[in-house]
Amino acid sequence: MEPRIGVYVCHCGSNIAGVVDCEAVTQFAQGLEGVIVARDYKFMCSDPGQELIKKDIRELGVNRVVVASCSPTMHEPTFRRACQEAGLNPYFFEMANIREQCSWVTEDHEEATEKAKALIAAAVRRVYYHQPLESREVPVNPNTLVVGGGIAGIQAALTIANSEHKVYLVERDPSIGGHMAQLDKTFPTLDCSACILTPKMTLVGSNPYIELMTWSEVEEVSGYIGNFKVKVRKKARYIDVSKCTGCGLCQEKCPWKAPSEFDVGLAQRKAIYTPFAQAVPNKPLIDREYCAYFQKGTCRACVKFCEAEAIDFEQEDEIVELEVGAIILATGFSLFDPTPIHQYGYGRLDNVITSLEFERMVNSAGPTGGHVVLKGGSHPESVAIIHCVGSRDEKYHEYCSRICCMQSMKFAHLLKEHTDAEVYEFYIDIRSFGKGYEEFYNRILNEGTIFIRGRPAEVTDVAETPEEKGKLIVQFEDTLAGVQRRLPVDMVVLSCALEPQPDAEVVARMFNISRSADGFFLERHPKLEPVTTMTDGIFVAGCCQGCRDIPDTVAQASATAAEVLVMISRGKVEIEAATAVVDERICSGCQLCLALCPYSAISFDEEKEVCRVNEALCKGCGTCVSACPSNSINLNHFTNQQIVAEMEGILG
Amino acid sequence: MRYYSYFPGCSSEATAIGLELSNQAISQPLEIELIELEDWNCCGSTPYGSLDRQESVLVVARNLALAEKTGLDLVTPCSSCFVTLYGANLELRENPGLMRRVNEALAVANLEYHGNVRVRHLIEVLVNDVTPEVISARVKRPLNGLKVAPYYGCQLVRPDYGFDDPESPHSLDRLVTSLGAEAVPFALKNRCCGGSLIISDESMALGLIHKLLENARESGAECITTPCPLCQINLDAYQGRVNSKFNTNFDLPVLFVTQLIGLALEIEPKSLGLNTNIVSPNRVLEHITKVSQEAGSGT
Repeated sequence: MEPRIGVYVCHCGSNIAGVVDCEAVTQFAQGLEGVIVARDYKFMCSDPGQELIKKDIRELGVNRVVVASCSPTMHEPTFRRACQEAGLNPYFFEMANIREQCSWVTEDHEEATEKAKALIAAAVRRVYYHQPLESREVPVNPNTLVVGGGIAGIQAALTIANSEHKVYLVERDPSIGGHMAQLDKTFPTLDCSACILTPKMTLVGSNPYIELMTWSEVEEVSGYIGNFKVKVRKKARYIDVSKCTGCGLCQEKCPWKAPSEFDVGLAQRKAIYTPFAQAVPNKPLIDREYCAYFQKGTCRACVKFCEAEAIDFEQEDEIVELEVGAIILATGFSLFDPTPIHQYGYGRLDNVITSLEFERMVNSAGPTGGHVVLKGGSHPESVAIIHCVGSRDEKYHEYCSRICCMQSMKFAHLLKEHTDAEVYEFYIDIRSFGKGYEEFYNRILNEGTIFIRGRPAEVTDVAETPEEKGKLIVQFEDTLAGVQRRLPVDMVVLSCALEPQPDAEVVARMFNISRSADGFFLERHPKLEPVTTMTDGIFVAGCCQGCRDIPDTVAQASATAAEVLVMISRGKVEIEAATAVVDERICSGCQLCLALCPYSAISFDEEKEVCRVNEALCKGCGTCVSACPSNSINLNHFTNQQIVAEMEGILG
Repeated sequence: MRYYSYFPGCSSEATAIGLELSNQAISQPLEIELIELEDWNCCGSTPYGSLDRQESVLVVARNLALAEKTGLDLVTPCSSCFVTLYGANLELRENPGLMRRVNEALAVANLEYHGNVRVRHLIEVLVNDVTPEVISARVKRPLNGLKVAPYYGCQLVRPDYGFDDPESPHSLDRLVTSLGAEAVPFALKNRCCGGSLIISDESMALGLIHKLLENARESGAECITTPCPLCQINLDAYQGRVNSKFNTNFDLPVLFVTQLIGLALEIEPKSLGLNTNIVSPNRVLEHITKVSQEAGSGT
């Protein structure tokens, strides 16, 4: 079949046409070898634009298509589909990127036009050698893995389970609930956080379609979309949960204490403990580090009092293998530790506390029974709340943590509710963008909280006047008044940034997804594909993808569930056809490629002594192709012939 | 022996003779050689830059061009000179246009600067090249029990040179403790002393100095140490005026850290210029004598 190439130059409004002379480029394309038609159009991705291509395929017998427009990331599927709809194999299509790589980055119009010509010449030469390829479909395992049992993971798991599909919910901590379980009230409605969360937690615990695995961590992931294999380590609780009735007597009798993780170290828990009263599952576990039996071989108080005989010191970690079709990552955030910001005195000065510590303190189920107290037990008469601690700060995190303004104003309200203290908010800008948020801001203003625009320079206990003695002094510039001031207060609350989990990099590598510059997991497209990742079948929800509040987290988690349910209800997924193929006649069986493949897509056939690529796993990255010493691996759609032709085209 | 090109700065020849003498005195035992830059000129200090930035850079560039010829790092003991030299050097490296214009002017004196000089503060050299560990090993008369407030001032650590934490510096603390002395927790260790404000607005500067002296004394310090000639003269020479203005009775010796090092190396106080300090450092000397006598009788 003699190649009959059609070239379609897109103006992209003025995005391309404002810099590149599209008419001249089209004329140039017309004269290239094999090109039978070249056209330009305002928006090639629009319906009429696609129709131009389809019409030429049908009427002029065009059998190779080059579209010169934007990056293939967005619209390669669009144009491939157009070709297919007109009866052409979609792999007879090639895209020349004359927007991101040309018009957007070139100022000189003539240079840009010449570059566009070169890029089109390259694509035309390349498409000449394209081969028809068939994409294949693989069945989807209808089970889903959700990693992380905070509100995001809970929401995603419940939504999928409600459609009667199996979900494995893996949580690293002893209970689900995440950070939301630690919060007191939620802005702007002031709902009690636990009151709206715990019913959902209970539902997770009782849903027959959810297999809850707490105190467990994912250790290994292999496979591909629709067919993942996952190894999960169920850490030993030293409790036989099938026997345990959750009566709580063991905790009562255990004489050994440790700082409570749930109360961020403000209170103590026992060595055998459930992290908090509404924990799901409501079964205890033993902390080896603090348990006298594990440390000294003595005590055994819990054993003596457990009527159910559920204590099992011999229990060991268990590795469970799961097979799932899709994975939702909802691994959450970690709170910024403000200790490195020496000038704010956290960890050095008494009564300088973090936002999470304040949440626990003001919670009626918390370590102080909901009383806001200073060290020593008295109540504060004045409290400063500092916004953006670790956020919007080039030294730590450049981004805005999105929740701190609202959280800080919630604190002001709670302080007014619980104490008679004067409250000062130190802010850079107030960002109250959500539904009902601006109204909440106005409410807090009316309650008499004093807002001071200026990031404090320092919190110090070095008094300069008698009134400052014994106080924490906030030194700041009031940027609205344009003056330097000092304000003595009793307590300082640092509204700390949200940051990626400390092991986000390890998790990203394990699930083979990327992270953005801020360290959070990277979505496929910031606007149009906010919950999918670059690895098919793996989705992200909640703060592991970026800072967000509870409403946004829940919405995003529901979106991941919808994406997964689409896969399940369709029952199969399409696999990219541009994969590597081993020429078994030449392969020497050296297995160099085996070790290099980042997707574990290559296996060794012991009998024939050759390597073989699993096409379902292969992503077409080409690593094996370039490494193969005998040149026996070829990459479909990226053959040497095609790439050399492309280079010849660009060099003119 | 380590060799450095040395830029003493103007105050080393006048108000901070103690700094200059002690720098030279400790070099030999610490195996460094400070080779004075031949024909150096005043760095222009901070005021020049606010009047004519380009000219002020040119004034510095002449020194940098001279230093470049030596092939050595350019070390200065003065915090103000350091800020000026370091800042201009950075600006020249980052701004090719400025470098070109400056070189046009330098050509008149047959000089040219290529941006290759590394400007360093003597304290940074003592901490990173000599190291507190080596200093500690060379100490002959440890200053055991001497309570010292390490005063950094603003220009040693600000802006952030990547040498020490601008908000919570510790380099001077390390030098002080390497001598056996105790570095008291001095909260205002990097608070400004007022600098040259003492000339234009004495009343305000005295207020700043008063806060520093008060915080140092509350921290339990028997003396203050600083590397900066401007800080030293403000805290030392104006202690009397602070006392009369605020009705206080401060009597805190203010030593250059190099003087303190010299004492621990058993160098004669006079060779360290201690006789030029205004608040008498006798108390410090007595403390050291007492400590060494006790140690002597113990053995």
